[in-house]
Amino acid sequence: MAVLEIRIELKKGVADPEGKNTKKTLESLGFQGLGEVRAIKLFEMEIDLPADEAKKAGEEMCKKLLANPVIQNYKVTVR
Amino acid sequence: MKAEDVKVCVIRIEGTNCEDEMANAFNMVGANAEKVHLKQLIGQAPADMRRSLEEYDVLAFPGGFSAGDYVRAGSIFAARIKAGIGSDVKRFVESGKPVLGVCNGFQILVELGLLPAMEQTMSDEPQAALYNNDSGRFECRPTILRNDNRGKCIFTSKIPEKRTLMIPSAHGEGKLLSMDPDFVQKLEDNDQIVFRYVNPNGGEACYPWNPNGSPSDIAGICNPAGNVMGMMPHPERVMTRFTHPDWTRGYDTEEGDGRCVFESVMKYLEKF
Repeated sequence: MAVLEIRIELKKGVADPEGKNTKKTLESLGFQGLGEVRAIKLFEMEIDLPADEAKKAGEEMCKKLLANPVIQNYKVTVR
Repeated sequence: MKAEDVKVCVIRIEGTNCEDEMANAFNMVGANAEKVHLKQLIGQAPADMRRSLEEYDVLAFPGGFSAGDYVRAGSIFAARIKAGIGSDVKRFVESGKPVLGVCNGFQILVELGLLPAMEQTMSDEPQAALYNNDSGRFECRPTILRNDNRGKCIFTSKIPEKRTLMIPSAHGEGKLLSMDPDFVQKLEDNDQIVFRYVNPNGGEACYPWNPNGSPSDIAGICNPAGNVMGMMPHPERVMTRFTHPDWTRGYDTEEGDGRCVFESVMKYLEKF
């Protein structure tokens, strides 16, 4: 059993309203010194495959559903 | 094909919420629309409820928040379609039958690879994205659209070129993006741009008349063949003059401005 970690983040230059909004809200709560805040999505999933196949499957998942290459980058790691 | 013989499949899953208006819009122009759950098309329903996409002449993706907009707006609905009836949908499009996507439906068509589809009927990966509005907010108000199609799109065949329509928008993710720097030019060259947002004087929209920051004020596009069209604003919400926000303030139309989109489809189907 492998554990896949799939990180989906927005490409540089793509607006990130969730990050911006989070930053604004944190600042309104009194947190100071915040620079850029970015919202990044992380999927963790168990998969019953050997590590190399699991990684390949993870990349397929990104292509077929989890990431849109126009706006997002992905990184698949296996633990 | 006579109007009453035109069968429309308004496809739904959990979270779609404009299927009633969409079916009603087609019924108002004389077609025979049915709201069909995706499960009915992939055999996961009792025998008498099962349907096949081939039975229908039009496929319509309604607005809403399909599957809770999880992952990305429209992506889960698109993935389920691809997995269950991907080849049926492709065949449907290749046979020239009309496919319409409004709002979330447009997002689904883009995630499905049916739009902009410049190189093939249905791309494996999305070739564009409908991303968060520039304002970072859900934008909900009347918008003014201009028909910029030069004649390819079957959904505007009854709308004179450059005619403007008042049609409401309601979306959080409507900004059309692509990785291709020449994207807009290619759309223009292929006659794939259908509607553009304009301001009340008919000029360049800018915010707030362009609610999302789409490049070149694009509100709706079609595929190169012209039979698949996606648009962010909701024509099915303005089928009569009484659902126009300004109908008591002198906005003078005989019918709702959205009606001509559906009449155009019916006109196209007459020759089948």
